[in-house]
Amino acid sequence: MTFILRRLVFYAVAAWVALTLNFFIPRAMPGNAVEAIMSKFPNLQPSAYRALEAMLGVGHLGSLWTQYWAYLDNVFHLNFGTDVMEYPAQVSTLLGETIPWTLTLVGTATVIAFFVGTGLGIVAGWRHGGWLERGLPALMFLQAMPYFFLALILIELLAVQAHLLPLAQGYAGGLVPGWHWAFIGSAIYHALLPAFTIVITSVAGWMLQMRNVMITTIGEDYVVAAQAKGLPSHRVVFTYAARNALLPQLQGFGMALGFVVSGALVMEIVFSYPGIGLLLLNAVTSSDFPLMQAIFLVITFAVLIANLIVDLLLVAFDPRVRAREAAR
Amino acid sequence: MTAAPPIVTEPPALPAPDAAAQRLGQWRRLPLKAKSGVILLGVFVLAGIIGPEVSPYDPSYQNPAPDLALKPPDAAHLLGTTQSGQDVLSQLLVGIRLTLELALIVGVVATVLSVIVGVTAGFLGGFWDELLSLASNVFLVIPQLPLLILLLGYLPQKGQLATILVLSVLGWPWGARVIRAQTLAIRGRDFVAAARETGESTWRILAVEIVPNEVSLIAANFVNTVLYAIGASVALAFIGLANLNSWSLGTMLYWAQSQQALQLGAWWWFIPPGLAVALMGTALVLLNTGIDELGNPRLRDANRAFRVGGHRQRPADPTPVLQAAPVPRGQRTRLGRFAHSFSRGSLLDEGRQP
Repeated sequence: MTFILRRLVFYAVAAWVALTLNFFIPRAMPGNAVEAIMSKFPNLQPSAYRALEAMLGVGHLGSLWTQYWAYLDNVFHLNFGTDVMEYPAQVSTLLGETIPWTLTLVGTATVIAFFVGTGLGIVAGWRHGGWLERGLPALMFLQAMPYFFLALILIELLAVQAHLLPLAQGYAGGLVPGWHWAFIGSAIYHALLPAFTIVITSVAGWMLQMRNVMITTIGEDYVVAAQAKGLPSHRVVFTYAARNALLPQLQGFGMALGFVVSGALVMEIVFSYPGIGLLLLNAVTSSDFPLMQAIFLVITFAVLIANLIVDLLLVAFDPRVRAREAAR
Repeated sequence: MTAAPPIVTEPPALPAPDAAAQRLGQWRRLPLKAKSGVILLGVFVLAGIIGPEVSPYDPSYQNPAPDLALKPPDAAHLLGTTQSGQDVLSQLLVGIRLTLELALIVGVVATVLSVIVGVTAGFLGGFWDELLSLASNVFLVIPQLPLLILLLGYLPQKGQLATILVLSVLGWPWGARVIRAQTLAIRGRDFVAAARETGESTWRILAVEIVPNEVSLIAANFVNTVLYAIGASVALAFIGLANLNSWSLGTMLYWAQSQQALQLGAWWWFIPPGLAVALMGTALVLLNTGIDELGNPRLRDANRAFRVGGHRQRPADPTPVLQAAPVPRGQRTRLGRFAHSFSRGSLLDEGRQP
């Protein structure tokens, strides 16, 4: 359990760093954000002025220390304050409306991309020098493309030209969101193109890494020994080589995830997808700082939790991690 | 007693290869991927250098002629015009410079930071190593874009300098991690111990013994950072967090998106800048894969695989010993094709597994 415990401590530190950054950034930056917001939103009540001051740390509201504790207390109770763009909506309400969209879309697409990419990487590594290998430059090209640009092209080809898939939005207009088939079907239909975009752009990264590790693993003595025993190819590939080559892949998942999420957020804008990315864009264009800060925290925490889950999987997959535990 | 023929110690004098031919030879030996990466990147660097001088129009000039709004590519405007009659090619040529300039500066600054952090952590060890490694790992796991947006959003000026600053500040952790690992490996080598024994100062050991041995790693890291800077800066500008009056590839895409180029069917407006970003990225990835292959023969050999007795054989594989009796197709394993002893390099690889 020490491994899990160490990882838990690490994620706690990461979460604390994110929280603290989020607290200090508005206080350290030049300019008066409250004035900027108040001048931009004339419909705000004078009472909002005080609330914004408290949140962004402008004005003199006790020592930095008390402010910091009050801030942590608020975040802990999921109280991100009042939104200024859609005053007087609560920021947490806005987040609650958009998170499920992004979570479902990015989560599903990332898992699909991970499996497809890893699978292709296994084949490419095993059949090193084969036809799959020759396709690599094309995949690198797709990988180098910004997500949102690929989204633009796919929309142009599949939605504007071919009319196969919807152009934008998360569901057909006129439908009321809820747990009924008309809505769910429409939501899936609308998610196809965004999901496809994420899969295409992120699959190459998984594939390339898996292939490189596979090539190294195949040269290992235990793989040679497995072949010497006369085991069938598929057993050697999957049970011996791929299983071990998968570990660096899982370890790299955390960093890759942050990257995928970042790309997906910008991509949502192109699709006008009702997720957190679009909300972020609106927050940026209208200088809605409270919302921007809350979104940063929410995304960071989501990525940290996903990382923790991957670490748990790593323990399940890697006997070496467990062995190290036992040796302690 | 016959005199033994004198042993010729001097090899027959070869014609000294002149420097140019030698360099050409080195170029030939580069992996194909690295070569294409260098050439592709060279095209963009060239465009970045001479682009603003050769651009046919002022990229910001809004031509009021009504037939010049959203004009598809033709002879006068090779890449067409935007909705307000601006020349897309001129914007592209000017934009490549701004984007490349930003990416290269960020690449240099962030790489220097990561070398400082990585070498310090790896060389000092102990508490500093723990602290700096923790910091790099924490910043690696926190998703970058939302943090970048937050930082840039609060900055009162969102110009080129602000973007460079923010991207550099957040661009070092990955490189620091890799360089730390390498420093840790080098630190234990004999030549470092020897340098220490002869009483060389820590600074000299770092500058003369350690960092020069990490040059290839630092170069790869630089390429990666440039790639990151291009992607991030374009994404930030696309959201609108940039100086929207200047022309970069990102702001071009921003205007194309916000003025509905897609809905208007003006593909010539958003495809060129996006394609430029993608091609620049491809060039950098190719370059990096090439550098990788240069250092790792197993990755490289795919291109030079040749066939022996109908089986693909790579230079780094052990010498093939063909078996007398052909193995039936169904039960062919890699071993069945030729007898392995230990494959070359397997001993070297042991230390590399994480």
